[in-house]
Amino acid sequence: MALPSYTETRYRIWHYVYLAICAFVFFFLVAPLFVIFPLSFNAEEFLVFSEGMKNLDPDAFSLRWYKDMVYGTKNPWGLAAKNSFIIAIFATIGSIILGTLAALGLSSRHMPYKGIIMATLISPMIVPLIISGVAIFFFMAKVGLAATHTGIVFAHIILGTPFVVITVTATLSGFDHSVTRAAASLGSNPVNTFMKITLPLILPGVISGGLFAFVTSFDEVVVVLFLAGLENTTIPVQMWTGLREQLSPTILAVATCLIILSTLILISAELLRRRSERLRGINR
Amino acid sequence: MSSEAKQILTTDGIPLEVSLKKAERKNKIKAFLLVAPLLLFLVITYIFPIGEMFTRSIDDKMITNMLPKTFKEMENWDGQELPPEEVFSAFYYDYKALVEKQEHGKLGQRLNKEKNGFNSTTKRLFRNIKRKKIDESASIKEQMMKVHKNWGKVEYWQAIKRTAPPYTLAKYLKGMDMYFAADGSIAQVDEDRRIHRILWLRTLEIALFVTVFCFLMGYPIAHLLATLPMKYSNLLMICVLLPFWTSLLVRTASWMILLQQQGVVNDFFVMIGLVADDSRPEMMYNKVGTYVAMTQILLPFMVLPLYSVMKTISPSLMRAGKSLGGTPFVAFWKVYFPLTIPGIGAGCLLVFILAIGYYITPALVGGASGTLISNQIAYHMKTTLDWSFASAMGLMLLTGVLVIYWIYNKLVGVDNIKLG
Repeated sequence: MALPSYTETRYRIWHYVYLAICAFVFFFLVAPLFVIFPLSFNAEEFLVFSEGMKNLDPDAFSLRWYKDMVYGTKNPWGLAAKNSFIIAIFATIGSIILGTLAALGLSSRHMPYKGIIMATLISPMIVPLIISGVAIFFFMAKVGLAATHTGIVFAHIILGTPFVVITVTATLSGFDHSVTRAAASLGSNPVNTFMKITLPLILPGVISGGLFAFVTSFDEVVVVLFLAGLENTTIPVQMWTGLREQLSPTILAVATCLIILSTLILISAELLRRRSERLRGINR
Repeated sequence: MSSEAKQILTTDGIPLEVSLKKAERKNKIKAFLLVAPLLLFLVITYIFPIGEMFTRSIDDKMITNMLPKTFKEMENWDGQELPPEEVFSAFYYDYKALVEKQEHGKLGQRLNKEKNGFNSTTKRLFRNIKRKKIDESASIKEQMMKVHKNWGKVEYWQAIKRTAPPYTLAKYLKGMDMYFAADGSIAQVDEDRRIHRILWLRTLEIALFVTVFCFLMGYPIAHLLATLPMKYSNLLMICVLLPFWTSLLVRTASWMILLQQQGVVNDFFVMIGLVADDSRPEMMYNKVGTYVAMTQILLPFMVLPLYSVMKTISPSLMRAGKSLGGTPFVAFWKVYFPLTIPGIGAGCLLVFILAIGYYITPALVGGASGTLISNQIAYHMKTTLDWSFASAMGLMLLTGVLVIYWIYNKLVGVDNIKLG
């Protein structure tokens, strides 16, 4: 990005203005996440930086809200976290299985009506969540799965599969089909070929699609608000109620934990993406 | 040459063409069977229920089923003047049956929506039936007109006749602040009660502005990411991806903390002397909050498609433009910018689609003026329990989104959506 020495002054100025704009946008993107971090260690009950915190007084900081999150008697966070993880894990497994199978079919050049079927499979990602919520609620209420874990898992499979379909289809687009034919010619049956040849090669795509599905389920609140009863509460539902009713610093402690979790997921997704590109032979 | 000689046979004596077609069909079925489980699952649990929303939104069978005799008699009534004795007595017996089933209240409420005053009119009839004051051997028409003067008004009978069809588009009209007038024509509700039109316009306005803001902020950084050397751009990419992977509610919560009156942004404004400490502006629970928070939340969806398009543009094109005498601005405008248009289209459509259905963030930071159409749908689903109206509004929103989705599909293709 270094400017050549012959650059005119006005372009030089413009270049620095441009860099300043970019810096501002990056700051705008990331800074809000870092506000939560210090405030969650606030010793007081208000969601503002106290004088003590501004002066870095150690007494102004405490782990009070983290203790409240874990041990608080009236706090539903334990149950919510348990539900969130159970639902997200099952939804991810379901999404991966259904999504990967569909992606395998869709990447076959023999697949009929590819365009319309792909558009249908991706639609839960495009249709506004509130509409998906209403439709899924009508269905679950009719079959008696409203306010059950099963119902929410099914709902999250619906919302999660598009991500798996997209990532696995993308991985398969660079897939060399002659390796599966080679396996078949050496006497391997289709299931064996899939497990031993195809799956290991497309695994990065499958896992990163799974991560998307996991995050979608873990973060989903609109549909759960329609479906969940008191026992099915999840972390996002609790945060939603908390943010609407009383903004307690405990929420910030939870939010900090969620940011750490999302950082971990981001790192693994990024590593997977690089590995996948290496496997597909894309050099950048 | 005979026709058989032209055919090439496989080893088992079947013509090659037939054998190939068979293999092709087998492959087609195989591919389809792989997709079938997900397709079936989605059709049953998702596509079909969305269709059910449609039947629910136009369903108006309730009255049709409640007043079967009345509607049968009404077929012979021209609807111009007061109906004949037969219609009155048919209604009387229908209503009496409802009283016995204790469903008369529902009828009164539903008819009251059609024409004000029906609730008291039917209640008066109910009390008279309860006290057995109506002599069934005499003319029911005259007795009913004595019970309540509204029974003698033709508008009320016309209102009943309007509810006869089992389907109605009334909910859709209501969503656009219109209704069926007494003569069956479509009329506008009074100006001060047109709440839905305000909501539609506000949703459009917010989605449009958020898209524009995202574009203005996303274009420079996507360009920077695409032109920087790999090791720097990878690091900066994390700044885009971290918010993308972080929970929506966490990001909304942080904006609530930042934008509140005693919040960090206001503190900063006071510190640099932009505003006085005692006149801190309200930045949350209004449109400002919605714009700021939604722009930050949706920005990654703009940057990622732009970045993936810009990445494919060779830097030598800009150099060629400059070497042919263009200033950097001209080279950018005439060479680089046109090449990024597919990315701009993809990013803008994606952000617009997501913004138009937004629910959580506007509900938390938007306050009353940040209420969008999605919030209204949720309100009718949960509070008023008017599910058919919620369905109608949902489908109106869905139609809009599907049109944009269709354009997106034509322009970009769904299989070109890039994630991360």
